[in-house]
Parts: sequence; C-alpha cells; structure tokens
Amino acid sequence: MSTLQEKLTQLQQKGSQDIKAASDLKQLNDIRVKLLGKKGPITEVLRGMRDLTKEERPAVGSFANKVRDALAEVVDQKKAELEQAKIEQQLATETIDVTLPGDQPKIGAHHVISQVIEQLEDTFLGMGFKVVYGYEVEEEKYNFEMLNMPKDHPARDMQDTFYITKDVLMRTHMSPDEARELEKHDFSQGPLKMVSPGRVYRRDTDDATHSHQFFQMEGQYIGKNVTMADLKGTLEFAIRQIFGEEREIRFRPSYFPFTEPSVEVDISCFKCNGKGCDVCKHTGWIEVLGAGMTHPNVLKAAGVDPEIYGGFAFGLGIDRFAMLKYGIDDIRNFYQNDVRFLTQFEKRG
Amino acid sequence: MKVSYNWLKDYIDLDVTPEELANKITLTGIEVEDTFHPDAGLKKIVVGYVVSTKPHPNSDHLQLCQVDLGASDPVQIVCGAPNVAAGQKVIVALPGSRIANNEKIKKGKMRGEVSNGMICALQEIGFSTDVAPQAYADGIYVLPADAKVGAPVYPYLGMDDAILDLAITPNRADAQSMRGVAYEVGAVYAKKPHFDVAKPVETAKPVTDVLQASVAAEKDAPSYNLRVIENVKIQPSPLWLQIRLWNAGIRPINNVVDVTNYVMLDYGQPMHAFDYDKIGSKEILVRRATEGEALTTLDGNEHELSADDIVISNGTKAINLAGVMGGLDSEITDQTTTVVLEAAIFDPMHIRKSAQRYNLRSEASSRFEKGINKGTVLTALDHAASLIADFSDGDVLAGILSPTKIVPAATVVEVSQERINHVLGMQISAAEITKIFKRLAFGVSEMNGQFKASVPTHRWDISIPADLIEEVARLYGYDKMPTTLPASASTPGILTPQQRRVRQMAQLLEASGLNQAISYALTTSEKASQFTLIPAATTSVAWPMTVDHAVLRMNLVSGLLDNLAYNIARKQVNVALYEQGRVFLKQDAKTTRPEEVEYVAGAVTGDWQAKTWNQAAKPVDFYQIKGIVAALLNQFNLKATVTYHATATRAEMHPGRTADIYVGDQLVGFVGQIHPQVEKVYRIKPTYVFQLNLTALLTLEKQAVVYQAISKYPVITRDVALLVASDVTNQAITDAIFAKGGAHLKNVTLFDSYTGSKIEKGKKSLAYTLTYQNPGATLTDDEVNTAFAKVEKTLVEQIGAVIR
Repeated sequence: MSTLQEKLTQLQQKGSQDIKAASDLKQLNDIRVKLLGKKGPITEVLRGMRDLTKEERPAVGSFANKVRDALAEVVDQKKAELEQAKIEQQLATETIDVTLPGDQPKIGAHHVISQVIEQLEDTFLGMGFKVVYGYEVEEEKYNFEMLNMPKDHPARDMQDTFYITKDVLMRTHMSPDEARELEKHDFSQGPLKMVSPGRVYRRDTDDATHSHQFFQMEGQYIGKNVTMADLKGTLEFAIRQIFGEEREIRFRPSYFPFTEPSVEVDISCFKCNGKGCDVCKHTGWIEVLGAGMTHPNVLKAAGVDPEIYGGFAFGLGIDRFAMLKYGIDDIRNFYQNDVRFLTQFEKRG
Repeated sequence: MKVSYNWLKDYIDLDVTPEELANKITLTGIEVEDTFHPDAGLKKIVVGYVVSTKPHPNSDHLQLCQVDLGASDPVQIVCGAPNVAAGQKVIVALPGSRIANNEKIKKGKMRGEVSNGMICALQEIGFSTDVAPQAYADGIYVLPADAKVGAPVYPYLGMDDAILDLAITPNRADAQSMRGVAYEVGAVYAKKPHFDVAKPVETAKPVTDVLQASVAAEKDAPSYNLRVIENVKIQPSPLWLQIRLWNAGIRPINNVVDVTNYVMLDYGQPMHAFDYDKIGSKEILVRRATEGEALTTLDGNEHELSADDIVISNGTKAINLAGVMGGLDSEITDQTTTVVLEAAIFDPMHIRKSAQRYNLRSEASSRFEKGINKGTVLTALDHAASLIADFSDGDVLAGILSPTKIVPAATVVEVSQERINHVLGMQISAAEITKIFKRLAFGVSEMNGQFKASVPTHRWDISIPADLIEEVARLYGYDKMPTTLPASASTPGILTPQQRRVRQMAQLLEASGLNQAISYALTTSEKASQFTLIPAATTSVAWPMTVDHAVLRMNLVSGLLDNLAYNIARKQVNVALYEQGRVFLKQDAKTTRPEEVEYVAGAVTGDWQAKTWNQAAKPVDFYQIKGIVAALLNQFNLKATVTYHATATRAEMHPGRTADIYVGDQLVGFVGQIHPQVEKVYRIKPTYVFQLNLTALLTLEKQAVVYQAISKYPVITRDVALLVASDVTNQAITDAIFAKGGAHLKNVTLFDSYTGSKIEKGKKSLAYTLTYQNPGATLTDDEVNTAFAKVEKTLVEQIGAVIR
C-alpha cells in the first residue's frame, strides 16, 4: 500500500471520529469544511498524485474518492441526528395543556318549536307534500264558514276566538289554509298535497297548559282515490319519523266539523312502550293528533265535486308534540325565551 | 255526561266491568274521560243506629251518642252535628277507617270524652257540596230506617256504582241521555236495549178546563207540550231516584223538580215544572220577549230581556226564559199543589244565544242547543207526569196541551257498499254492513250493494252518506283498517326558494351566535307601535283577555326586548336573540285586515364574548351587530347596493348610534343601539338591535351568479394613513377613494382607526389598504404609483385629509 493510501485511511478514521464528536450543526459544518473543503487534507492528497506513476494514479484516485464519499455520508448522518435532536428540543419547549378549553364559536340555538315544524315539514316534503303558510289574520269565511261551521254551529264553542271585526279574526287553527288551497287547486294537475304549519290564537288565559298563542300544523291530501287506510299509512309514517320506528298508531272515533269520519290518533307511548306510565296516564297510548276524511260540505264549499274527489286532512299541535317529545311541562316556556330553555335544544332534532 | 253503570244495566245486559266498558266505548265512539267509583278509597264506613244522645259535659254543642254498630254493646261517639238524634240510622266511620281525601279516623278523646269513630255527613265521605241534599247540608246524613246496622253504607247511597264520564262531541248529543247511551252501548256489543215507559193514569177532568196554551211563532218552539197535575204533595223523592241524580252530579230538591231532572237524564228531554197557582193566569203563551222586558230567574238574578229571547209568558208577562232557566215567581215550592209540566223543543240557535247572553249555561240549555230526540218529547212528558203523580199522590188531568208538535219520522239515507269501501280503503262485505246498521237499530234494506238505512229519531246526527260511512267504520273497527300509502301519481315535495332562504337565514343567524326566540304576536298597544320601520295603523282584537295581549305587533324588537328583560331579571345578562315572524301593518285605521309582513330582528345585550382564560370579555357594540346584518344581507345576494345611513329620528333608538339600511333606494331596516331611556323603561342594559323587512329581502331583485376566472396576475397593495376631522365618515372616504381609484382598484380595506391623546383633538387617524389588480396583465409599480397618487390628491383636496 502506498503511503498516500495509508494517509487517506488515517484521515478517514480521524475524520469520522471528529464528525461523530460534533455537538452542534455549526461545529459539524466547520469539520465538514475542514475535511472535505478545497483546502482540506483530501484535496491535498489528490494534489499529491502528480508524484505518482501513471499506473498508481487510478487506484489512489478511486480510493481517495471513496474516502471522501464515506466521510460525506457520515457528515449527513450526523447532520440528520443533530437536526432531529434540535427539533425534539424545540417541541419539548412548545408543549401545551391540551385540556384547556378551545375558543369555541358561539352558536345560537334553533327554537324547539321551529325544530319540530321543520322535522314535520321535511317528513311531508319527502312524501311529496308542499308547504304553505297562510294568513294569521283571517276572514271568518275561511276560518269557519267554508269548513262546515256555519254561524251558530255548536262546534264554534270549541274554539274561543279573538275577533278583530265581525268578519275578521285571528285564525283559531290552520284549516283556513286548507280551504284556500282547496279553492285554488287545479285538480287536472294532480292531487292536492299540502301541509301548513303556523301560529294560531285562542281566547284563553295563559297557564302551564293553555296559551293564547300556539302552533299547529294541518295537512290535507285530496285526489281521486285517497282512502282512510291511506290516512292511517301516511300518519303512521310521519309519526315514526318523529317519535321512533317502533311506534304503533290507533284511530279512535271523534268529531270535527270539517271531516267525516273523524278520528283522534293515538300513538303507543314512547316512554313505556305501551306498558303504562305517567306520560300516557297509564293507558299505554298518547293522543297526538286529529284527522279524518274531508267532509263533503268542505269540498263543495271550495267548489270541488265530492263525488269525484276526496281525501284526508289532519291537524296537530306543534307545542304539544314538543312538550311530549322532550317532557316539557309548561307551555309558557316556548314564548318567554329564557336562554336557559332555548339552548337546551340546540342539537337540532 | 256522567253515566251510572248500575242505571245503564237496567237498560242493557252487560257482562263486562265498568273499565272494560269504558275502554270499548272510547274505541268505538265516545271518549270516556274517567271511570269513577264513588266508594274508591273509603274503608270501614258502616250503618250505625243512634240509641241515645246526651249533651257533652264540657261542650255547648257536642253530643255524646251511644251508637249500635251491630256488634256487642253500643259504643260512644262524640258528634257535633246539630241534627243528630236518637232513633236515626247514620253513617259511621269506624276507628281505622278512611273517609274522603284519604283521611284516617282513629279512636280518640274529644274534650275528655271517648269517641269510637265519627258520625259522618255526606261531604265527609266524598259527596260534593253541590249535590248533597239541602236538608242535610249542615249536618249528618240520615239513612233509611231499613238500613242494616253494621253493614257497609255504600249500597244505601249508590256508592257501589261506577260513574263513566263521557266527553260528548257536538255531533253525539244523542248520548246526553241514558237511553241514548244505552243505544250506543247496544250497538257496540250487538245487544238490544230494553226500556220501560210509563203512561200516567188520567183523571176525568180535562186539562183544557184549567189552562190554554199557544205558540206565537212555530219556528221558535216547533214542539210545545204541557200537562197539568193537581193535588200534588211536595216531599223528598224516593232515595233510588235521589241516588241517580246525585251520581249524575245533580242535587236532589223535591219530588217534582227531581222528576224533571231525572227524565232529562233518562231521555235527554229537558222538562220544566211551573207552580200553576203562581202563573197568574190560565194561559201560557210562548213568544219573544219585548226589548227590556224584566224577568227574575230561579237563581234570583234579574234580567232585562232582549227581543231575541224566547220566553214563556202568562199572556201578559214573561215567567220563564224558554229552555234556559225558569222564573223565580212560578218556581215549585213546598206549598205547590198544582204543577204545569212542560216538554218542548225550542230553536237551538236562540237558546244558545240566550244562555250565552245571560251566562246561564245549564243542563237543559246545553241539550236544547245540541238537539233533542223528536221521537220522545211526548213519551218523556208522559213518563214524568206518571212519576210525579206516583211520588206526590197527584192527579194528572186528561189530555196534553200541544199548540205545536212534531210528528216523528225516521230519516232515510242511502249509501253503496262500493262507496263505503272506496272511502275507507277496506273490503267490508254487504252482510257485515247490514249487521252494523242493525246493531245501530237502523232499519236497513240492500239491493246490489246499495243500502237504504232508515235512521230512527234518536240518531238525528245522521243525514248524509258520510255519516253512515263513519258508523260502519267505527263499529267495524279502526283496528281492522290496513295502513297503505296513496297510490296516486307522485308530486314533487320541495320547499319554495323563499322558504329555503328563510331556513338558510336562520342557520346563518344561529351560526353567528344568536338564539332563535318566538314571542307573542299580541302585545300592548304601546309596544305594538314602537320600533316601526314604516308608519302604519294598529290592529286590535275586539275582546282581549288582557291589555298585555290586545294589539298585533308592528315590530319584532319590542318582543325581543321583553325577552331580554325576562332573562336579565333571572340573572342571565349576556343574551343574544333573533326572531323571524310576522308584523301586522294596516294602511290606515279604516282598513280591517292588516298586511302581514315577514320581518327578522335581533337583539344583543351584555358581553358578546364572555371572559375566558385566554380572552378578555368583549361587550357588545354596534359593529358586531352590524357585521351580522352585513353577513345576512350578503347571503341574500341582492342586486342593488346596501348602504347604511346615520339616523337620529327613530324615537326609541340612540340618535348617534343608529343607521337606516337601504337596498338601492328602498328602506329595508335599521340597526343600532336602543335609546338609553327606552332601555331604562324595559329594565335592560345597553342593547343593540337590528330589524329587517324579510319579505322585501326575499322579493328584491337578486344578483345573477356569474363565474369569473381567478386572475393569474399578481395584486399590488398600497397603504395610506390619514388624519381627518372626526366627523368624516368611512363611507365618504371610501367613496372618494373609489371615485379616483382608477380601473384597477379592486378593494379598499380599513385596517386601523385611532382617536386619542397622540393626535390632535377633533381629529382621527384612519389607515387603509388599497388593492390593485389588472385581470388581463401584470401591473407595473409605475401604473399603481400613478393611480395611488390620484387617490392621495383627492383625499387631501376633497376630504381635507393630512396624509401621514
């Protein structure tokens, strides 16, 4: 072995030790420049090749390059090591308490009445119904007359009314919209399918279970072949959306001037599953809505031929739905707007 | 209608419990609200015989009674009732018994004397004061002499019965009678009810000898019938009849009045009894009252009658408000000897109006209003006359005075099997339908599926095919009805674009931190008229329940302020609310129906940002709420430009912190702080509000969405800091900048605003970033410098700014 090669071998050993001993990136860089730079010992060795024979040169040259590459690799390794250590050190100082609260954007709550309305709207939209909102100040004609409740009809006693004038009143239910839509509808374009949620008014003294203002939703489906069994199926579908898939429904005979047959619709109690509890007053059933087959007089009053067209209508109390669903015990909660009440329902549905 | 289970069993054979019966009736026709057992909760209450009484040595009103309870020796019971006496059979609550209200009776001492229980009044064992007979109102009740000593008292008082409380809907007034209920129960269980009828034994003397009757207008009283009973002896009714009355919630009075009430309960036919001798003539005339005519009714109240009232008169003056309440003067008293008994049908509408007018709703008026069985008017009259004669030893005069009467006839209604099944969506056989009609006691004939039902008078609610369909459906059973979905063509179910936008708006406002409120639309006259966007006339309800809910709102802000006050009073001081709903605006006072306009409003008070571990509290200010409004308006994508104009003219708003909001030249709302004086009245802290006409926003022209390619050329920005007079508005400066900004000025952003000690008084410092971009080429610094120089020049010259 030539002396140059020996010298290179020594350089490699010494260099490696120096590199590995470097304590930071700057020191490492200094070592690198000293060893591998233009003025470094390896360059010097290569310069000394001119004293070698032509035959010796390639072997020594190739050896020198190997040494230089090996040292460069050691430098790279050391550099990665030092950088890693530096990052770890930095991360250690940057550690925070991740259990401190985040800066949560303040999100307001959707009123529980609106939530119930929208859930119902969406359910009926899915069945191809449209949504209409009528007038809160109505004509007596649409609120009563056209719904088979002529003047002095005893059923008017069931609804204590805020009158504005003799012929104008605060709507007592959502049925006026049904009469208006029925009057407008062009049956050559298909059946009339609509729901109408909104605010209604009764002459009542406000207490835990009565309110002079509350919300109802009514709906109707009038066409050529609409049956009471269809009413049952439609309501069963809707009820299960709101109160759960395992709900059963039952019809009980009742009376409304604008439908015949008329029924009250009960659902199997969602709290006790029909076994009997406080919510269902130990009957296993909860009354949730009224419904029936649209009375021929209502169809006639709207200019629809009851011999050809018929169908069903239903109505429900939004407040009552919300009270049942969440166990709310005082209807005034809905209109006092205590934020501690409002924000309990912000999870939407 | 309170239905006695025991009474019902007289008319129909029942082998079900009262509870089973109640459930069945509820599911097939009439809701039973409650099934009540009068003896429920009572324990160890027995018949006692008062052997002797002597005054309590230490009391001036208590008696020491020796009472035989059927066991060994009589026991001593202290009693304070004034009417207790030896020889009476009485109600005794034994030691360890339970009386009304779950009260327990123990053996004890009263003023030193042992008392082995308690002698009871009816009220003490659960009777309502309204039904306990007057004779025993202030003392203990005396049982019939044949009551068995030591036996439970319940059967003697009809307390072993069950009372079904029926909620009668207006169409089923036929069930406001025991016989009607029996028919209904018969239809439900396919059993035929059996009724007794009674015809009075008449004397030879014709009724026409003592009385004449006439009806002025047949329409007012289409059936009017009188009988006269002489030689009547007024006394208490037999106990069985009293029991039937009190179990139905009616107080027994005497044998005549009780029979009228009993027959009313039985047939649903209200009856009235007059004292013949006090009528004051030998004539009865049914007519309209004269306007202002005086009548004192049984309850002692004097009325000035209206010409719409139907009255019974003696030919000269009114003695009875027909169908509603008798007159005091001709009332049955203990001295009555001759009774005139009336069974009639009056015009329902007039009865309803009269009962309402004088607030005299009664069992009778409620039946006249809702309908009477035309087939049993005379049957009921005969039955009543017969009972009165029996109970009072009276003589029924021959004949009935009937100036008007109705010949009862069945109503024939037709319906086809096909129609029934078409409406119900079921497959009910013709045989089954026939069976149902028969259960209802309808006459029925069928040919090729076409039914002809002959409906008896007791079901006067049935007149059209739909009525028959309902009868079939309920008696066949809704539980057998399948559930199907309509087979007709599908229709699209989508919200209208406006409905969808309203929902999106709610989400935006909630995401901005506002909670949705729903307030009352009826408010006070003052609050209705505050915060109005545009002037309008109020709409009031004619008969409000309270002044707090008398006038329809014309703004949403006052309701929100009420809500804030409600929260603040409950220590919730940081509150952010919005509401979307209608306001009611009348053009002028003469208009009857207001225009209903959708508004949206918000109100925020307290800290917008609560103090947290890493942030200081941030009280609400104008710019937070304005930012929400801007985001909201931005969402509507309006074509015209939104501008804010300072206004000092809104009475309820802070004059220096309020802006009217315009879209183009249309006023759509305002935003600002509540006037401090108004805040004080509402008892709220500083509050910022906005109110927008949502209907306008929904209908105003929208900007079309047109895609623009994102420019690949860079933007160049320049900052400028200005010193200006403090009354120079941001709007004026940005307008000026844009006016001279050149074609490539894209955006102007205010990034700093300063007033304070470091600058001259009366001045403020503002700093803006101007962003330039040429979508078609790279801008050069020279181009921007030239454009920017023009802006600086105009700021100095037009705005009087000093460039810093």
